[in-house]
Amino acid sequence: MAHLALFLAVAAFVHAAPPVLRLATTTSTEDSGLLAAILPAFEKACACRVDVIAVGTGQALEIARRGDADVVLVHSRIAEDQFVREHHARERRDVMYNDFVIVGPADDPARVASTALASDAFAGIARATATFVSRGDKSGTESAEKAVWAAAKISPAGAAWYRSLGQGMGETLVTANEQRAYTLADRGTWLSMRQRLPELRLLVGGATLADNRDPTLHNQYGVMAVNPDQHPGVNFALAGRFVDWLVSPATQRAIGEFGRQKFGQSLFYPNAARRER
Amino acid sequence: MSADLLTEFARPELVAIVGLTLRVTGTALFIACLVGVPLGAMLGLVRFRGQRLVTLTLYTGMGLPPVVVGLFVYMLLSRSGPFGALQWLFTPAGMIVAQTIIAFPLVAALTMSAVAGVDRAVHAQVFALGASRVQNAWTVVREARVGVTAAIVAAFGAAISEVGAVMLVGGNVQGQTRVLTTAIVLFTRQGDFAMAMALGIVLIVIAFAANLLLLRLQGRLGER
Amino acid sequence: MTGAEAVYRLESVEHRYGDRVVLQIDHLEVVRGETLCVVGPSGSGKSTLLRLLQFLERPTTGRVAFDSHEGGPDVSLEVRRQITTVFQRPIVLDRSVRANVGYGLRVRGIRDHATKVDELLTALGLSALASMPARTLSGGEVQRVAFGRALAFEPSVLLLDEPTANLDPRNARLVEDLIRERQRRGVTILLATHQTFQARRLGHRTAFLLDGRIVETGPTQEFFSAPRDPRTRAFLTGDMIY
Repeated sequence: MAHLALFLAVAAFVHAAPPVLRLATTTSTEDSGLLAAILPAFEKACACRVDVIAVGTGQALEIARRGDADVVLVHSRIAEDQFVREHHARERRDVMYNDFVIVGPADDPARVASTALASDAFAGIARATATFVSRGDKSGTESAEKAVWAAAKISPAGAAWYRSLGQGMGETLVTANEQRAYTLADRGTWLSMRQRLPELRLLVGGATLADNRDPTLHNQYGVMAVNPDQHPGVNFALAGRFVDWLVSPATQRAIGEFGRQKFGQSLFYPNAARRER
Repeated sequence: MSADLLTEFARPELVAIVGLTLRVTGTALFIACLVGVPLGAMLGLVRFRGQRLVTLTLYTGMGLPPVVVGLFVYMLLSRSGPFGALQWLFTPAGMIVAQTIIAFPLVAALTMSAVAGVDRAVHAQVFALGASRVQNAWTVVREARVGVTAAIVAAFGAAISEVGAVMLVGGNVQGQTRVLTTAIVLFTRQGDFAMAMALGIVLIVIAFAANLLLLRLQGRLGER
Repeated sequence: MTGAEAVYRLESVEHRYGDRVVLQIDHLEVVRGETLCVVGPSGSGKSTLLRLLQFLERPTTGRVAFDSHEGGPDVSLEVRRQITTVFQRPIVLDRSVRANVGYGLRVRGIRDHATKVDELLTALGLSALASMPARTLSGGEVQRVAFGRALAFEPSVLLLDEPTANLDPRNARLVEDLIRERQRRGVTILLATHQTFQARRLGHRTAFLLDGRIVETGPTQEFFSAPRDPRTRAFLTGDMIY
């Protein structure tokens, strides 16, 4: 059995022409279109292929934890720190950030439009018992949402107006549109799907990231190369090159440019300034 | 549907998706039939001890949720799993393994059921006409061909329509492991229901064509 | 009738289904080339006897020997292929009439058999139905197909269980003509029938089977004109109550 496995592995290796980098990331990151836009430059530079596996945050980290991905890009600081603490990665690095916004029905029954702070808006939604849909999938978005509820000192779980879906950002927005409900979304997904969500409006968070007056809605993305000490099979060298490329000034510029043409604003703000230790 | 949707159909990406779907499901079905039809036929032809247990196991196998199969195969093929060295995770090979596991119980159990359902008098009749054991078995299986074809059709339908296993084991990687069902999930997630529906229709058309082929094969077996 | 060489020899045969004794034959010989008619009421064991002679089953005790080969279903393929049975309720396969009639030839690896099959179809009045699915045929048509199927590969032993039961007089006649033709060719035939007149017409010897036992055997002429056992007499005159 081991001989067969070895033979097949060698055959697979020899057969697969370009080396492959496995990047585990979130569905919202992929759906924003950023990766499709910037990755070709990396693939060309390193003569490799990047396989993007876009799943929920929890699943992306679990995949990396098992050594099935070489590098992971998510936006869930607490989970990332935990990942490093568990030695699945040697370090994490900031890459970019964007923000969350609160979207809701055009008629805004909870009267939260233009509220500065998300926690105040959530309190208003709870008071009005207006329908709120949550991703409920242990994603970075959901963590941010939970933090806002905590700040508002409200515990919505179990309330009739609070619907926890267990789904990705896109599905959650579609459901919110169907049910004319409020939800917390990352600006990138909102912008790219806006046209298909006629019942919803952006109510809290400002027209662009620069206008967002609530720091708790800040959504930081971090990249981590999976630790070869724990998972000897990972392509650490290529992962390292990827991380270096991602934080390089040229790529950072490209990240900042992304979306400007299509949406009239950046979807992501590069901030890979210093190395985390 | 607008003209742009039609041009969407011609996108090379879509062609790749359809091609991969046929390759993965086709290969899985082929392997499942190669092992499942003879095995199911044997199980249906002879009476043996423990037959009920085997039947129960296969019937349970038919009801396995694809996502559970996917999870199981994922664990096997993961780098931290027993077969990690194969490096089949997030590749079509891994997807084929998962779909074979899904298709196999359907092929075997339904073939067994069809063959067991053939009048026992056929065995005696064919024995008396000088058929060897192998010929006897083959004749009985041919008598059951409608049921056996249905078994293959059912297995094909289950494999081509499942999304849980190929999503988990394949990862829906663009250009590498994206098949029709996972592409539909992607488009749905992004709110592009029109595109998702269009792909759904493509899937149905493929299923239709495949079943047409299978029925013709069944008919041919009856002619000789 | 060719020489007195025994094709079948049954010794101390007793066959049981569970506790029920369905056949008990101390001694029976069938000579090569003869036609032995077995008559008796239904349930007397005629079909069971034919099953044992076809080696579909091994007798519970005793031996059935064919050409000195003894056995049951484990008997060699070569031996088994010399014998065929036309059952009382024949099964046709889910394919055309032609394919059914050619079946025995195909399993024996004889590929080029179209003419042979067509000849038999014509002889049995089935030419018009040749391409039809055999499953759609009437009872009488099925019986003729089964008969043609059995003759196609020229077996040396024909075991016939009520071969003309479902046939109208004309078709019964066609079948009997074919039986007679095979008799001329030296085929050994065992014919189980309740139609005593058929036994008279076709049998060289006739045996009377009652409750699994052979009551009487004899050359057909004698059997019918001067039966020795009173039970035979009662059966033949229709006076037997069972």
